[in-house]
Amino acid sequence: MTPWRVVRTVATALIAPSLLLTDGTEGQAQERPQAFQGAEIIPIAGPAIPSGTMVIHQGRIVAVGSVDQVDVPPNAVTHDVSGKVIMPGLVDTHSHIGGLDWGTDSPLSGSIRILDVLDVRDDGIPRARAGGITTANIMPGSGQLMSGQTAYVKLRDGRRVEDLLFCDDPLTDVCGGMKMANGTNPLRPQPPFPQSRAQSAALVRQRFQAAVEYRDRIRQGSEGDDRNPSRDLELEAMVEVLEGDRIVHHHTHRHDDVLTVLRLQEEFGFRLVLQHVSDAWIVAEEIAESGFPASIILVDAPGGKLEAAENHFRSGAYLEEAGATVGFHTDDWITDSRYFLRQGGLAVRAGMSREGALYGLTMAGAIMMDLEDRIGSLEPGKDADFIVLSGDPLSVYTRVEATWIDGEQLFDLDDPRDRAYAVGGFKLLPRTTGELRNREGGR
Amino acid sequence: MMRPAKGSVVRLGVLGLAVALLPQMVSGQIGIQGETVHPVSGPAITNGVVLVAPDGRIEAVGPASQITIPEGYRVLSGAVVTPGLVDARSVVGLAGHLNVPHDQDQMDLSQAIQPQLRALDGYNARELLIDWVRKHGTTTLHTGHAPGPLVSGQTMIVKTRGDRMAEALVDSVTMVAMTLGPQATGISERPPESRPGAVALLRQELVKAQEYVRDRTDEDGAGPSRDLGLEILGRVLAREIRALITAQQTTEILAALRLQREFGFDMVLDGAAEAHLLVDEIQEAGVPVILHPTLVRYAGPLENGTYETARILRDAGIPVTIQSGYEPYVPKTRVVLFEAAPLVAHGLTFEETLALVTLDAARILGVDDRVGSLEVGKDGDVVIFDGDPFEYASRVCGVVIEGEVVSEECH
Repeated sequence: MTPWRVVRTVATALIAPSLLLTDGTEGQAQERPQAFQGAEIIPIAGPAIPSGTMVIHQGRIVAVGSVDQVDVPPNAVTHDVSGKVIMPGLVDTHSHIGGLDWGTDSPLSGSIRILDVLDVRDDGIPRARAGGITTANIMPGSGQLMSGQTAYVKLRDGRRVEDLLFCDDPLTDVCGGMKMANGTNPLRPQPPFPQSRAQSAALVRQRFQAAVEYRDRIRQGSEGDDRNPSRDLELEAMVEVLEGDRIVHHHTHRHDDVLTVLRLQEEFGFRLVLQHVSDAWIVAEEIAESGFPASIILVDAPGGKLEAAENHFRSGAYLEEAGATVGFHTDDWITDSRYFLRQGGLAVRAGMSREGALYGLTMAGAIMMDLEDRIGSLEPGKDADFIVLSGDPLSVYTRVEATWIDGEQLFDLDDPRDRAYAVGGFKLLPRTTGELRNREGGR
Repeated sequence: MMRPAKGSVVRLGVLGLAVALLPQMVSGQIGIQGETVHPVSGPAITNGVVLVAPDGRIEAVGPASQITIPEGYRVLSGAVVTPGLVDARSVVGLAGHLNVPHDQDQMDLSQAIQPQLRALDGYNARELLIDWVRKHGTTTLHTGHAPGPLVSGQTMIVKTRGDRMAEALVDSVTMVAMTLGPQATGISERPPESRPGAVALLRQELVKAQEYVRDRTDEDGAGPSRDLGLEILGRVLAREIRALITAQQTTEILAALRLQREFGFDMVLDGAAEAHLLVDEIQEAGVPVILHPTLVRYAGPLENGTYETARILRDAGIPVTIQSGYEPYVPKTRVVLFEAAPLVAHGLTFEETLALVTLDAARILGVDDRVGSLEVGKDGDVVIFDGDPFEYASRVCGVVIEGEVVSEECH
């Protein structure tokens, strides 16, 4: 697949712009168009524009093009960003920010929702924005074969997790993926946890089989047969997986574990994103052939755990060459959200194309969360999620200077508080009484 | 401040290993050409050459117009040439990449205080992580026992070469690693159980060492029998070996400075995540800082660390370098090249950042007579890059240690 693949048109899937978070002043700003002029614009949906203009209005992108091609509305607020680089907000396909807490007594707990513990006031959110991340897939961990439902969130300022979700209502909608894991992390000495890889696969297959039967009974029930099973929240979420409404994000490292995931996928037909994939460079062909994307993490040395002993920067290049869709993730705290762009830089170090790396940090992540109609590239109609950089996105010298989400600036390197999130020491800042109360109230 | 004795081979002899076992691993006769050569000890040279003599030492550094590479010399070339990088604090070699008990010898929790643990007894020169840091530019490594236990053991300095410890060794007993703060409490069933408890325990042990040294030197021969741990602490008190005190938060940094004032040893602050809040105190104490890795997880005792601390300390004239540090999980080690790189975006110039992980680090470790810059007479430790060394996408395409080409592919 080429990085510049044509994405689906946006007209079909748009929902009302999110204005619920803006106060009066920001609301006014949102009412007038804003134009960013003179930057190098990397739209991802097409080649870089050396000197471009982007117009946004009411949280959406209105126009992107070269300075001499884009008409700036006469009432627009203009921003001179010459010398800067603008690209889409980064999409982190695997993060643990949000003050999370998870884990149950069961190796399979598909009814767990991470959104029920996600603290919107966690420092991880402004810290991630300081790194240019605007959307994240926030997940439970990998200590279980199926650890629960992930949350696709926009890193807005919010009072409730609902303010950050892409879905309309967590009571009725699918608001994320399903986290699964194999390899050594889910193994534990005590039943019902597996003690071996074969047991892991058997447990997962058995449960998927139960979900298939549950779905079939519900289908029969809906056809007038009065044998609806009693509601099982775990199997219900797994039916969403079987129906393709909920994507499986599967933690896997060793080459044979990757192939086991692909085998399970083939048996049950779910939609899949491979996560971590330390040995991706060894099984790149098989991954590409499956058609499912891989989200990789490049860590500074091999090892630390046995199944990551062959982890290598070259995974991005090998997957790209094989034709797979490649994205990246922070796995924050494994790597810091503030250095997410570095993932792309390291991939290029080991031979990945620059275009592929930038695509991987943005559009590929959007595809992995079914959000490609809304985010991941700078195109008219898409959400106005973008970052302003001091230079080349893949250079260590470059700073994220501004992060905009839904047309609202939520990170400004010149703001002392935001700057503390970018460089460190943010817990030392005095907080207002209200902030303190908010934080403590949430604990 | 007292520096470690030069020529550590002598010290190894003291420890009972035969000096004669050290092989002569010299190859030399290498000419390294760089579009830019950074000697660090002086300004960058455009189209420069570094010559490494048959004895493995640098014999010439200068512009290509003034230096002819002698016939028979092997020629390497690249865009940017720097001195070998010096990693001021690591556990690699004692810690292996597999992270199973078989390859984890950097932290022994059997006692809270064990200065008698020698780094050289746990060093696996063939460990894959040594190869990993070497092919990313690290040629000198200060490695040893990890932070954690109150007194975890000794550290040493090696070159990232050789199949055996003795081939790699530069200095066998460099510092004694100690840790204050929550890290040092409750990690085993033994005390200390609190932060002041840790300080009290350490003070008591240092008092014991003072008395041990006094009684051992008693001329009537009635002193105590030899105690390997107290002997090492005695050498710390005699300022022959420095204390490497890991202290992240302000309370611990101040406790470390207080201990130093009480017992008069020489000290290096390690970690020091909140050092930016105590610039005056650290400066006044004249203590060098081996700062935490730049890309470390800023959580727990490090939650107030910043990307700007190296710059802040350097600007205040405090001797400072950074480290790859100790990682218990993934990644199993950091790489000092990667830890230095982000500093160029946080107030340090390219030259300052390069000096931080070469000459500044060598000075703090007391090995700047041998490594840290490209100067005639110093060890022929050289790294070749295909671009700006700190850029993510630049690669290390050649590493030379004492005239031996130890890595040639681009990484």
